[in-house]
Amino acid sequence: MSGRVVELIRELGARIVNSWVWRLGFACRFLWITLKESGPSFRRFHLTIREIYFAGVLSLVIILVSGLFVGMVLGLQGYDTLVRYGSSEALGVLVSLSLVRELGPVVAGLLFASRAGSAITAEIGLMKATEQLSAMEMMAVDPIARVVAPRFWGGVISMPLLAALFSAMGVFGGYLVGVRLIGVDEGSFWSQMQSAVDFREDILNGVIKSAVFGVAVTWIAVFEGYDAPPTAEGVSGATTRTVVESSLAILALDFVLTALMFRGL
Amino acid sequence: MMTRKELDLWVGLFAVLGIGAMLFLSLKVANLLSSFSSADVYPIKAKFENIGGLKVRAAVKSAGVVVGRVGEIRFDNESFEAVVALNIDSRFQFPKDSSAKILTSGLLGEQYVGITAGGDSVNLKAGDTLKLTQSAVVLENLIGQFLYNKAAEGDGKK
Amino acid sequence: MATSNLVEVRGVTFSYDRRQVLKEINLTIPKGKVVAIMGLSGSGKTTLLRLIGGALVPDQGEIRVDGQVLNALDHEHLFALRRKMGMLFQFGALFTDMSSFENVAFQMREHTDLPESLIRDLVLLKLQAVGLRGAADLMPSELSGGMARRVALARSIALDPMLMLYDEPFTGLDPISLGVIGQLIRRLNDALGATSIVVTHDVAEALELVDYVYYMSDGKVEFQGTPDEVRTGRLPSLRQFVYGEPDGPVPFHYPAPEYRKDLFAQ
Repeated sequence: MSGRVVELIRELGARIVNSWVWRLGFACRFLWITLKESGPSFRRFHLTIREIYFAGVLSLVIILVSGLFVGMVLGLQGYDTLVRYGSSEALGVLVSLSLVRELGPVVAGLLFASRAGSAITAEIGLMKATEQLSAMEMMAVDPIARVVAPRFWGGVISMPLLAALFSAMGVFGGYLVGVRLIGVDEGSFWSQMQSAVDFREDILNGVIKSAVFGVAVTWIAVFEGYDAPPTAEGVSGATTRTVVESSLAILALDFVLTALMFRGL
Repeated sequence: MMTRKELDLWVGLFAVLGIGAMLFLSLKVANLLSSFSSADVYPIKAKFENIGGLKVRAAVKSAGVVVGRVGEIRFDNESFEAVVALNIDSRFQFPKDSSAKILTSGLLGEQYVGITAGGDSVNLKAGDTLKLTQSAVVLENLIGQFLYNKAAEGDGKK
Repeated sequence: MATSNLVEVRGVTFSYDRRQVLKEINLTIPKGKVVAIMGLSGSGKTTLLRLIGGALVPDQGEIRVDGQVLNALDHEHLFALRRKMGMLFQFGALFTDMSSFENVAFQMREHTDLPESLIRDLVLLKLQAVGLRGAADLMPSELSGGMARRVALARSIALDPMLMLYDEPFTGLDPISLGVIGQLIRRLNDALGATSIVVTHDVAEALELVDYVYYMSDGKVEFQGTPDEVRTGRLPSLRQFVYGEPDGPVPFHYPAPEYRKDLFAQ
């Protein structure tokens, strides 16, 4: 009986080491190589610009619309709770802090992972499956420098901008619902917000969070694409993995960063 | 497939929008510029028995108008009091006998320092200490006092 | 080192994980010739092609291209050597986000400083050689299989390589395209003064086209010779391959228990 349990544990350990640990090690080496080969991404910046377009610009619609709706919901729910304590003028504070500190970076990160991250994985995986990456290597062009690195930097640059746009739209949404729709006083909405939201503590920390998320999501996206088995099922499995792993990474990192940044408060 | 010019245009637009959003957040949502820069403030000190929930960068108001920000909060190990540094906007001068109180804004509000001007003809200079202060109201003490008063009343009636 | 062989493979052994694919193989490819490497799927011919291209490193043995030992080269020198090689992948492997023109221009733009006007002329020249100058602005998704492969061919000769590698160039093509590709391989080889290695199992096309044949089976070279020698060769496995006989050294039946037993099993 105990023999079977030992066997199960041993198998579990082997599975974890062989797939997870090995993959994690490979992923770290891959990141290192990507960073090393990043020269052309900046010397020939048009490569990166193209990727910023595909990752950032094409995500604008979903980010702006989602930001607006999240802000509006915050306005509604926030008012509902605050009005019970007679503090409805603090609505601006609630909406802005929730967005800038947490919802902006996190939700924008999750949306980015689903839209842009999965697209990057699919693109790279497909190029691998149709031997385009091998062809590039045979033509003495390093596919990591030419294909992977620009996409990495495109994502890293786009993410903080998208998170800021999400938060800004959210604040606007909260304003629309709170001030325009419900009738909270416009003056106190903005002035309380301005005295409560601190640039260094809140805005900057939010930007740092979104930058960290950007690195994590894009890293996972390019890695899964590059590592995907060169078949149709392989690529589709890789895109799913990108979305799942990115989401988990964002939430886990969010906890760690929040604990580090907002512990003092 | 877009030409390079079209790509550049869209990405440029995106960058402008993103940076615009960040500026909006920094200026309109947060208080980047309206917070006082170190050039035009002068520091004064105030000692309190209890600062309650007062935090660094809290507002310093007089007659309800923000005139400065709380700087450092330290503990004086000899007098066992809290020493609060206040950075006052240089535009505003207060008499030497002004008093400072720790007040709360609204029910859920944060605590801030309120300065009531005195009548002295000489004004406070940088580095001066406010002589008259009133500490924050601590809820437990208030309740305890209330109960004590009630108990005393009850005894009195007997 | 002056030798008339462009490629020399000596004692090369290679395994994928635990499966041994090549067993101490020896091959030479003389300069200026078109050589076919034929064999069944899984005989190791594509692996051999990748080893010659430097995409894989042999476990044992050495591969010399133009006198240089491939596995001893560092990254920079390997890439320098690759610029003198061209490879046509099985389905073309064109870059799907660029037009045919941009695909052919790719190597020129990455490796040379030529002005755009000169690049344009060269690209049109290469496309003209494969008969697709008119398709220059089409995207790979708009090309038929045969056309895509021809554009890929134009792309691989962009820098006038000295060694051309073809991975199953005849797979899945209609008879006309087959003929076209076959002719192009020969014409381009002679026009460029290059050497070509064609990996294929299309016997008819290959025998008409090439100067020399290596027949591989099970990771080893079982037969080598001119096309005529291949047609008249007596080796049973070669005969089965060349004439497409259903049964021979490669059995028709997949290994199974005795038929009688299977039929009457409970």
